[in-house]
Formats: sequence, structure tokens, C-alpha cells
Amino acid sequence: MVRNTCYPIDRIRADFPILSEKVHGKQLVYLDNGASAQKPSAVISQISKTYETAYANVHRGVHHMSQIATDAMEDARRKAQKLLNAGNEKEIIFVRGATEGINLVASSWGRANLKPGDEIILSVLEHHSNIVPWQIIAEQTGAVIKVVPIDDAGVFLIDEYAKLLSDRTKMVAVTHVSNALGTIVPVNEVIRLARENGSLVLLDGCQAVPHLSVDVQALDVDFYVFSGHKLYGPSGIGVLYGKEALLNDMPPYEGGGEMINRVTFEKTTYAELPFKFEAGTPHIGGIIALGAAIDYVNDIGFDAISAHEHDLLGYATERLNEMNSIEILGTAPAKAAILSFNIKDVHPHDVGTILDHSGIAVRTGHHCAQPVMDRFNVAATVRASFGLYNTHSEIDALVEGISNVQEMFG
Amino acid sequence: MSTDLRDLYQEIILEHSRNPKNAGTLDDPDGRATGNNPLCGDRIILYVKLDGDRIKDAKFDARGCAVSVASASIMTEMLIGRSIAEVRQEHKRFADLLISKDDPCLADDDELSALMGVREFPARLKCATLPWEALVAAVDGNETDVTTE
Ligand SMILES: Cc1ncc(COP(=O)(O)O)c(C=O)c1O
Repeated sequence: MVRNTCYPIDRIRADFPILSEKVHGKQLVYLDNGASAQKPSAVISQISKTYETAYANVHRGVHHMSQIATDAMEDARRKAQKLLNAGNEKEIIFVRGATEGINLVASSWGRANLKPGDEIILSVLEHHSNIVPWQIIAEQTGAVIKVVPIDDAGVFLIDEYAKLLSDRTKMVAVTHVSNALGTIVPVNEVIRLARENGSLVLLDGCQAVPHLSVDVQALDVDFYVFSGHKLYGPSGIGVLYGKEALLNDMPPYEGGGEMINRVTFEKTTYAELPFKFEAGTPHIGGIIALGAAIDYVNDIGFDAISAHEHDLLGYATERLNEMNSIEILGTAPAKAAILSFNIKDVHPHDVGTILDHSGIAVRTGHHCAQPVMDRFNVAATVRASFGLYNTHSEIDALVEGISNVQEMFG
Repeated sequence: MSTDLRDLYQEIILEHSRNPKNAGTLDDPDGRATGNNPLCGDRIILYVKLDGDRIKDAKFDARGCAVSVASASIMTEMLIGRSIAEVRQEHKRFADLLISKDDPCLADDDELSALMGVREFPARLKCATLPWEALVAAVDGNETDVTTE
């Protein structure tokens, strides 16, 4: 396997203070990036810098601090716009995270547009946050949910998807990358086929944005969501991209300050985009720090990140395949750096506890994707998910940890 | 390997998890309850047959980790033949032991001592207690569901 020798891994690791922490006396090996990524100093220091030098409420003060906080927040919006290559910064709505973004679309767009018998297409790969909001709106409107199956490798079955599409399909909401298996969904094809049937498409980009470069205009996707905390930014902040014309036609999601033009008890008119969907004081410090996180990943570059993570995934897959009694779940040809597996006759919880005692953080459980677990007839898996700072020697530590588990339970 | 980990996964726990006692189901149970851990998707179904106020038989059907299976196995072994009042007492004693700050001081032949290693693993306490909660729910009435949350 060719290793990427010019990737500045030592410098990158030095940017993440937490990576030098010890856990149970061992060096932390953080392989739970799919759940949430660690933060570089640039993000951590941006948070204090905002509160130390440039903080006030935004969009409402004439005073200096309000102006510079507003500028910094709007600057972060333009960074998010560039990250997704959105055509217009008005199309970037700040939300708490992917969950809120999906709920916003399901509720606002769904209430205005769904009728009894209309169909929403999801896939077996979805995270619960791209299932439950649609179930809620389907229940309220009489719309019906259809589910695209996957094969034994975890591949999204595009032909089955094509069969589900019809003129009743009003929304296709699927993940870009599966959080439980790592499968990359063929989203270009998904969108092309949806268009032929006149349906809109929402992509859940939570697990895609940290690993690949995304271009919403090239995709021609209608809605795209991601969470900042998986992109090395703070939690509590995320982005919903929506096409301007669609967002303009949608009713507000929440009412409050920031989102109005003029309020009287007779009639209230709403603010322009993006503020129409940003009721209340936003997560100002978090938004600005998300901007710092975007700068950070851009500095390394998505080509370099993807190549590094691809290399890690290949190495980890190879090492686990060499071991006895390990089953990898999710063997699609196109995968992001997520490796779900089970050790024969050992429950993932026990694996997680034992690995933790070697300082290795992995996720164990259903990964908020119970339909995927049901598809493979398991209750849970162990999931190692890699980020831009992980190394081959951390994968070696994982392999050694797994051997310890097998020895203990053997 | 740390001693905490050795205490948690001591041989008796591993043995119970490999070859659990009273695993299975009962036909026409007098009580049945499902314990769910929504955080991890684990599930245990407890079946009891009563003879007056005594547990005549108990079986469990678990999809869970070594800790929860061993806990269910030890629990059923301990409590079959005991009265419902004793079941409640033992449940309370177990729950208190797990969360107490003081070191547990148990008799050598106390069945619960094998499970005391869990005390050092706060994230795993619910794995150990779920079967007990399901058993108490099963003796309380039919078809109840309990969850760890
Ligand atoms: C694919 C996917 N969608 C949605 C979410 C939900 O993200 P959040 O909890 O940040 O809103 C996650 C995170 O776990 C995810 O992996």
C-alpha cells in the first residue's frame, strides 16, 4: 500500500491538544470521529477570542461590538457557502445541527406541500434523525414513506430506488454517506432520477462533509444539511443549505426575534432569507468558530484529507480482514473512513469497555441507525471512524486491542 | 490488563455469559416483562412462573452483553424459590451496592460479589441492573416494559 508521505500528520496532530491526553494511563486513540470530531487549537482559541474581543448580540446593535460580531458571523456564513459551493449566502441557514435542519425542512416544507398519498423516499441507511422527522410529518399530512433497500455489502440499491420513484414521490431524503457502514450513496444518480420524477431531494451530509468536498450546485440538490461538530467545529451549530426559491416559498419554522420584518397584532411580515429561518439569538460564538473549523480543513485541503483517510480505511480493513472471527459490516466498493465490525461471540459493549481501557475510543451500539442493524440482524456493532489526524499506528493499537478482547473471551 | 478490567470480566462472569443458567422462555408464564436499553438497543425478556408468592421458575431471553447476560444468569439462579418480597429486597440490595460509595463488604458465598466489578464502570451499571428491573416488573404484572432511561 502506498502511504502518503507528504501529509503533515505530525503538525496536524499537534494542532489537537486533546490528542495528547491519557485515558486510563494510556495514550488516547480517538476513533470515534463519526460521533463527533475533536477540535483544533484554531477553533478552541477562536471561541475565547470571540468572547474576549468581539462579542455582542448580532443584527441589532448600532454599537461597535454588535457590528463586529455581526460581521464575523456573516463572514462565517460566507465560509459555509464556499464550503458547499452554494450560489448565494442567503441559502445558508444556521441551525443547531443536522437534526434541526432536517426537522426544519420536514416541518416547514412538509406542512405546506405534502398531501395524503404523497410519497417520501428514505433508505435503510438513514440515521434516526433522517427518519423520525419524516414519520412525524407523514403522520400529520397523510403522506407515505417508502424505503430504499441495501444489499449485503451495504450498497444503496439504485435500481430498487428507481422502482420506488413515481409522480407521487415528492421528497427523496437520503444520507450522502452512511454513519453506520460508511457506504457512499451514489447521490448524483439519486438526484438525476428524482428530477425525472419531479421530486425534491434532501441530502444528509453529516458524514460526507468531513471527508469529501461537496458542491451543492454541481449536485443540483435542493436541501443539504451537516453538523459543525463532526467537522472539527463546536457542537450546537450546523448548516442547512436550501435553494433560494424553495426557501422563499416555505413558511417559517419557528417564530421570534430576528426572523421578522414588522410585527403588529394584525399581521407580521417576515424577514428576508436567511433570517426568516433563524428565529432568536443564534449561537454566535459557535457560528464564528465553525468558520474557523472550515478554514482549518480548507488549509489542509479535501484532496489531502480524502487521500489520507482512504489510506487509513484501506489499512484498517486489511488488518481486520487478517484477523480471525471478525466480521466487517459494510463492504461497499465506495466507502468513507468508517469501519463497522463485530467480533464473534463478543458483544460490542464488552469490546468497547475493554478497548477503552487501552485508551481506544470507539463507538459501540446501534449508531442511531437501527434499521441498518435490523438489516444485518445484529443489535449493535463496534465502529471505528477515522478523521484527518488518525494514524497507522493507532490502527495497530486497535488491532492489538481486539486481540486482547479475543484472548479474554477466548 | 488493568485490575478493574479483570474484576469486571472475572472468570465467573465470563463463564455465566458463555453458558448462562436459565436462558430461554417459559410457556404460560405468570409474569413477563421486557427490559430495553434504548441507548444500545439491548433487550431482555424475563419470564416467571409463581407458586403463591414464590418464584417457581424464571427464564430470560437476552440480546445483550456479557455483563447483562451474566447478571441475569446469576440473578435467576439466586432467586428461583425465593419469595416476591425477597426478590424486591435483593433487587434493592444489589442496586444500593452498585451505587454506594463505600466498598462492598460481602460474605464469601454472596452470589452478588461476582458482579461488584461493575462498580468501577459507571457506563455499564445499566447493563447489570436491567435484568433485575425486568424481573421486578415481571412479578408485578404481565407484559410490562421497563427501560434503563
Ligand atoms: C448521518 C447522520 N445524520 C444525522 C446525524 C445527527 O447529527 P446531529 O446529532 O449533530 O444533529 C448524524 C450524527 O450522529 C449522522 O451521522
